[in-house]
Amino acid sequence: MKIKVLVAKPGLDGHDRGAKVVAMALRDAGMEVIYTGLRQSPESVVKAALQEDVDVVGLSILSGAHMKICSKVLRLMKEAGIGEKPLFVGGIIPSEDADELRKAGIFEVFGPGTSLKSIIDKIEETVKK
Amino acid sequence: MSSMKSGVDQLMISRSLSIIENDADSARKIIKGLPVRNYCVIGVTGSPGAGKSSLTDRLACISAEEKTTAVVAIDPSSPFTGGAFLGDRIRMRRAAGDPRVFVRSMASRGNVGGLSPSIYNSVEFLGRSGYDRIYVETVGAGQSETDIVNLADIVLLVMAPGLGDDVQTMKAGIMEIGDIFVINKSDLPGADQLASRTRAILELSGKKFPVMRTDSIKGSGVKELQEEIEEILLTYFSSGRLASKRAKRNLYNNLNSAYQIIKEHYAENDKLEELIRYLLENIGR
Amino acid sequence: MSYHERLEKLKEEWKNKKVVPLLKRFPERKKEFKTSFDEPVEILYTPAEKDEYEEKIGFPGQYPFTRGVQPTMYRGRLWTMRQYAGFGTAEESNRRYRYLLSQGQTGLSVAFDLPTQIGYDSDDPMSEGEVGRVGVAIDSLEDMETLFEGIPLERVSTSMTINSTAAILLAMYIAVGEKQGVDASKLTGTIQNDILKEYIARGTYIFPPDSSMRLITDIFEYCSKNLPDFNTISISGYHIREAGANSVQEIAFTLADGIAYVQAAIDAGLDPNVFGKRLSFFFNSHNGFLEEIAKFRAARRLWAKIMKERFDVTDEKAMMLRFHTQTGGSTLTAQQPMNNIVRVAFQALAAVLGGTQSLHTNSFDEALGLPTEDSVTIALRTQQIIASETGVADTVDPLGGAYFIEELTNTMEEKALDYIKKIDDLGGMVEAVRAGFVQKEILDSAYKYQVAIENKDQIIVGLNEFAADEKQDRDLLRLDPAIEDRQKKKIGTLRKNRDNDEVRRLLDDLKKAAQGSENLMPFILKAVKAYATLGEIANALRDVFGEYTEAVIL
Repeated sequence: MKIKVLVAKPGLDGHDRGAKVVAMALRDAGMEVIYTGLRQSPESVVKAALQEDVDVVGLSILSGAHMKICSKVLRLMKEAGIGEKPLFVGGIIPSEDADELRKAGIFEVFGPGTSLKSIIDKIEETVKK
Repeated sequence: MSSMKSGVDQLMISRSLSIIENDADSARKIIKGLPVRNYCVIGVTGSPGAGKSSLTDRLACISAEEKTTAVVAIDPSSPFTGGAFLGDRIRMRRAAGDPRVFVRSMASRGNVGGLSPSIYNSVEFLGRSGYDRIYVETVGAGQSETDIVNLADIVLLVMAPGLGDDVQTMKAGIMEIGDIFVINKSDLPGADQLASRTRAILELSGKKFPVMRTDSIKGSGVKELQEEIEEILLTYFSSGRLASKRAKRNLYNNLNSAYQIIKEHYAENDKLEELIRYLLENIGR
Repeated sequence: MSYHERLEKLKEEWKNKKVVPLLKRFPERKKEFKTSFDEPVEILYTPAEKDEYEEKIGFPGQYPFTRGVQPTMYRGRLWTMRQYAGFGTAEESNRRYRYLLSQGQTGLSVAFDLPTQIGYDSDDPMSEGEVGRVGVAIDSLEDMETLFEGIPLERVSTSMTINSTAAILLAMYIAVGEKQGVDASKLTGTIQNDILKEYIARGTYIFPPDSSMRLITDIFEYCSKNLPDFNTISISGYHIREAGANSVQEIAFTLADGIAYVQAAIDAGLDPNVFGKRLSFFFNSHNGFLEEIAKFRAARRLWAKIMKERFDVTDEKAMMLRFHTQTGGSTLTAQQPMNNIVRVAFQALAAVLGGTQSLHTNSFDEALGLPTEDSVTIALRTQQIIASETGVADTVDPLGGAYFIEELTNTMEEKALDYIKKIDDLGGMVEAVRAGFVQKEILDSAYKYQVAIENKDQIIVGLNEFAADEKQDRDLLRLDPAIEDRQKKKIGTLRKNRDNDEVRRLLDDLKKAAQGSENLMPFILKAVKAYATLGEIANALRDVFGEYTEAVIL
């Protein structure tokens, strides 16, 4: 069964190297990847997650706006009926924030230096459950 | 955010599509349980770079003003890794952001010989679930480009100047599949020549198909194209052409499913496989 | 037998006698050694066949400027130690500027938040969560006035990292000057104003490429007449490198951007001999020490040739590649952050040995967030130690003549030129960007690099080797969440108190002018002085120009 992943860039942050490199790695690992492009609103991210029925939603945020954006996306996903879909976040996220995000329902936070392999493994492990 | 748009439950549709894409038996059960409906499938194909996605994007939004509209965008799976970039949604910002339009991306999943049965099933499911117009955008290279004629009621062949399209269009079979020939990026140099060359080829073959010009970036010509699509669908319907096309589609779909089942369960039976493949290839003629 | 032939023979003998036997017992560390752009690195470099000193290496301050743009370089004056800094509010920034001025610094740099960079007001829904985060929020001339309160603009040089909305911010700067009684001709500073790299690497674009180029040439033209001492563009390679490009791509794409800007300015009727002097560049300094030094030298030579041969520039000053360097942010690790001090030191040294005009050194804790005052101090001291204690600033281009460096300089120039030719074939940089060619090249390099790290072909100390289990404990600079609310209130009040009819009229005038070909700066200046907001001005232009949609390369 193919794993379908949404890689999204919410907010105004324009740094997409990480998101694109991760998207390539996931494709090379045999997954079907939808990359949203820059400047997505939380609404459009959730809409894509819903219509495409992805197995995993990945957010890439490097501008520091992660707390506000993540809480909004989590809320909108619940309202849309897809609250159970795993949500991952990657970017510049301090460890205290990462703890808070995990408590709020984010499945995993990938900080700087995370290897592609660990992301792939984590996604495969999560989807299998 | 409500998932109920124009009476269609997008969440339920989305989940069902996943089942349909991955499990052929369940797919058949689900579809059988839905009433037959009259819906139209518009195929959009052409070379990469012609602007299929941005054109489909605009057409879908105009269509959604009057009719429930869905878009199925197909991208090739990597033959090496089995993975895929489903890169049409990002090119269809309008449709993807339009609450009335349902956009679904699908990978070709190794079906080199054309469109997979799961794509046929997905389209049929969408049609039976309430979508009146389903735009199917295909890969634009290889055999799925011609296979779209089996799936769609009407096919748009999108071309653009500067892509070597005049050579491409001579390629056997390509000119046979279009119902409307669209010269996109009509503001670029070479558009006039491409349009007249296309008209000339069509005249030579005695076909009276429209050649239209659009600029999917600026939006010019798109409304006219949409109107032409609806007019032709109406003509095909009243002439009975639509009905015979759909009968063929059903036959093709059944054969394709049979082919897949045989491949799965009776892999050693080459002769049977050969026969089905022969039938599949010739059903379009 | 010529001198060179004899050397080659000796080299062969040495290889056979000394190297080959040794390799049998002790193989080399790697199967092959390569540069960041996949060029093999040999065991040893010896004198080149032709003596190309005059033609290729030359003298500093003279064409082709390989050894430096000034004759005395750092013997005359050290590079400018310009540390980029950003603060969330105009008030905070203003306090810092006044402090710096009191300490004798005359160069200010302004970082703007993302909404300001992308043309959204603080109360726009797109701005939610982003106001004042990566820099100061400027919604209107009012904020700009607060930013420069009590700062005499004729006595400072202000560098503004702003691109898509550069025209608006520049207009505001001019307006603040006017209010202070300072004539525009006395203003000095820089605006980054490099839109092409936004499409390629940084992402704060607004309008499609053609309209953006029009705005840029409008700024060139306006400033050449009214702000002759203002640097109107900082053609940037830093971000291109950060996005994953290798060293050759960094200079190739940056210079290709430069070519596009020079051509656009010429098409707008400007004389390259004049505005060529106002161009400045901004490069990265990455980990490959020797490669980086060669890179800067290659860039200088290549640009000089481009200005002379492609654009027929005759004034030597207009052929000079003057540049600012920043050490590579993407090389900093969050793991074992103190290691970053060492990385930055080597990167800074490479920039100095490469002849940079000004330098920003990163702080060791920047992988995790904004730097603290202590870490910024260490970064500054790094530069000061290089300047005063190492002796490298005491002679010009000390590594000139090193066999490997000269070979590498030549190779990088050639390979960069190959890219530029390819881009020319595609129809120029604007077309190449539209087609996604540049973006794809960069992404492929980025992916290759990441795979190399995961395979341990590229070691990053503390990350994939010599790693340790550590707790990430550090003081973080936290953003005050009230900033967004304060800005929203401020802008609401502004909209009530200004002459809204006047604003509407001026925005309409701007739109009409945008549809034609008049220079837009005067129109923007008028709107800014009537307290039209940044977002309103940007939206007026959006209505006419439309918005850029990303080239899709995945």
